[in-house]
Amino acid sequence: MSFTEYFELLFNDYTLRTISLGTAILGAICGMLGSFAVLRKQSLLGDAISHAALPGIAIAFLITGTKETNVLLIGALISGLIGAFWIRGITKRTHLKSDTALGLILSIFFGFGMLLLTYIQKQPNANQSGLDKFLFGQAATLLARDVWFMASVTLVCLMVLLLFWKEFKIMLFDIDYAKTLGFNVKTIDLLITSFIVLAIVLGLQTVGVVLMSAMLLAPAAAARQWTNSLGIMVVLAAIFGATSGVVGTAISASQNNLSTGPVIVLVAATFVVFSFVFSPSRGLLFRQLRFIKNRKDLQLHKTLAFMFDIAKSHENISHPHAVRILNNFHGYTRKSLSKLEDKEYIRVDGLMWAMTEKGFHFAANLYNQQVKEND
Amino acid sequence: MTSAQLEIQLIASLVAIACAIPGTFLVLRKMALISDAISHSILPGLVIGFFITHDLGSPLLIIMAALSGVVTVILVEFIQKTRLVKEDTAIGLVFPALFSIGVILISKNANDVHLDTDVVLLGELAFAPFDRLLIDGMDFGPTSLWTIGVILLITLSLLFAFFKELKISTFDAGLATALGFSPVVLHYGLMSVASVTTVGAFDAVGAILVVALMIAPAATAYLLTDNLKKMLLLSVFFGVFSAIAGYWLAHWLDASISGSMTTVLGMVFLLVYLFAPKRGLISVLYRNKQQQIEVSLLTFLLHLNNHWEEKERHINHLNEHINWQKVRSKSVVDLALRNNMITIEKDIISLTDKGKNFTDKAIDYIITNDDSKIESIKEDFFLFRG
Repeated sequence: MSFTEYFELLFNDYTLRTISLGTAILGAICGMLGSFAVLRKQSLLGDAISHAALPGIAIAFLITGTKETNVLLIGALISGLIGAFWIRGITKRTHLKSDTALGLILSIFFGFGMLLLTYIQKQPNANQSGLDKFLFGQAATLLARDVWFMASVTLVCLMVLLLFWKEFKIMLFDIDYAKTLGFNVKTIDLLITSFIVLAIVLGLQTVGVVLMSAMLLAPAAAARQWTNSLGIMVVLAAIFGATSGVVGTAISASQNNLSTGPVIVLVAATFVVFSFVFSPSRGLLFRQLRFIKNRKDLQLHKTLAFMFDIAKSHENISHPHAVRILNNFHGYTRKSLSKLEDKEYIRVDGLMWAMTEKGFHFAANLYNQQVKEND
Repeated sequence: MTSAQLEIQLIASLVAIACAIPGTFLVLRKMALISDAISHSILPGLVIGFFITHDLGSPLLIIMAALSGVVTVILVEFIQKTRLVKEDTAIGLVFPALFSIGVILISKNANDVHLDTDVVLLGELAFAPFDRLLIDGMDFGPTSLWTIGVILLITLSLLFAFFKELKISTFDAGLATALGFSPVVLHYGLMSVASVTTVGAFDAVGAILVVALMIAPAATAYLLTDNLKKMLLLSVFFGVFSAIAGYWLAHWLDASISGSMTTVLGMVFLLVYLFAPKRGLISVLYRNKQQQIEVSLLTFLLHLNNHWEEKERHINHLNEHINWQKVRSKSVVDLALRNNMITIEKDIISLTDKGKNFTDKAIDYIITNDDSKIESIKEDFFLFRG
């Protein structure tokens, strides 16, 4: 199946449309909430919580005996929340650092979940298979019902986000200030953590436990590179997330044997790499270009400063001097000389150079940051 | 107990020891999550190794997997150095991407081989004894026993050889560099050991248990001691204990061995987290409570010290003046009475000589912030102890 066929199918095929819509919504909500996780330096909380949700799924199945997705997800939500708050308790009450707490909760909850899953599998009850779809996720099992559910959660989440925008923002960047203003920091914190857990739990069915953290992180990390404004970042992250969802679904649908989760993650990772390299203000490429330009400017300035030192010892600043007295050490090359001439800082006449008024003025103020460069 | 059962427990214990040693240093260096990242991102290395050799038992697989573990560390550090994102974000970006590549490689190319993501993540210790090491038809025991044994031997000899260097660079990287131990070499050395251990252990116990075995025993031990040697020994002990107890739990429940080992690790951690003598949750909460009461006591005594008027020292006045609840002021007054710091006559409280003395010392301490002033009262109070 080629891409064009895929887009034709997208409008005709019910299943594919449902799945694409589901992954798009998931990507958007993860991008939005992921922005907060990344800015709060809780990037790996997502990884820990998604693993911590597993025993909840198993226990919900053991108690109710159904495979109803919503019931299982409520179990996942509860055990995810327990995990999240236990992590907080460990870092707050003991001297263990957050990385240890995250790794600990992640592995222990997941191991316990596996114990329960294998225990369930050995039970004489034929209804148990299919729980392990939460491990790696199966976007193909998304039903229209699930998508509606996801969409309504996203809507609620969006509303809360808009309602408490100011509080969330101030919490992120200056928590002490938020406290002095009298905001109930604990409640806001609880709210945002719960929403992050909710987003993760929603994603479990689609991309699975292992790759969920990337869904949360990657769009936000990519969006961070393009802007310094929280609002734009959240919107961008949602767009990146939704795009990765749709494109990932398209690619995996157009090939055989490609599971959706890993492809979505790889698409999101491509966004990240692209943003890391090509973002105009922070990207590696432009940063390197700026670096090279600065280095060249420095060479020019060095030559100019040397020329200035000579010129200021003469009455007439435009008194010609031999090119020979310049050397490598002063940053002189044939190219730098012609560049200075281009900028009209000097005039070159045969083997002699002379400073211009403009060049003299510029060189005199070279280290004076008050004067704006006017080129 | 059959010999297969004995072998499983032996393998599990060796894995636990081999993981606990690098795990201790990872926890101390605040790099615990690197083990999680490595355990996931060895997958593409394994798959590529398998495509080259087409043999699941080949040592090349282990080498490739360990290499991709080290590549993970290098990638994470590269992203950190660009300062585009924070450290933990770098980890969170790298390993899911590598893991996804591994999963896709498997699903595209190796559908019909026994190389399954479930197995990679979860492992199956129960099958370990069936994979025997045969040389010229002689049975030398299970292969994974030998693999993990060799890795453990290497880890132990490196630990003994470089204990001092590891210790210094863990606690004071600046000093270590000044003394001439290259932090880079030690860092990558530790990362390589962690990577190789993860690879060697995972086909016996699975990626997640490796993470649990690295972090949980070390974290549990860290709640109990500050001494590096004791911490190493304790985490080895917790690891081995959980391995053996976990095996029997799995035997009893007829469930995954690695899952139940992790569960035992979790329960041990929970117990220590709650009941550790100094750092446990209960003792921390108790200490906080005590400190609260003592701060109140101090405020109360200072108040008495400042006021000679009877009105200010009336027992009912305290409630309104220092703004305390009834219960709290009663407990503070009781505490002060028990320590003979105050006397109460007709509901008027006055300081005794002892109380006066104590208050003066406390004021001295608050003003000068000099520890020697309070040596004599330290005994009675939690507040000044730490």
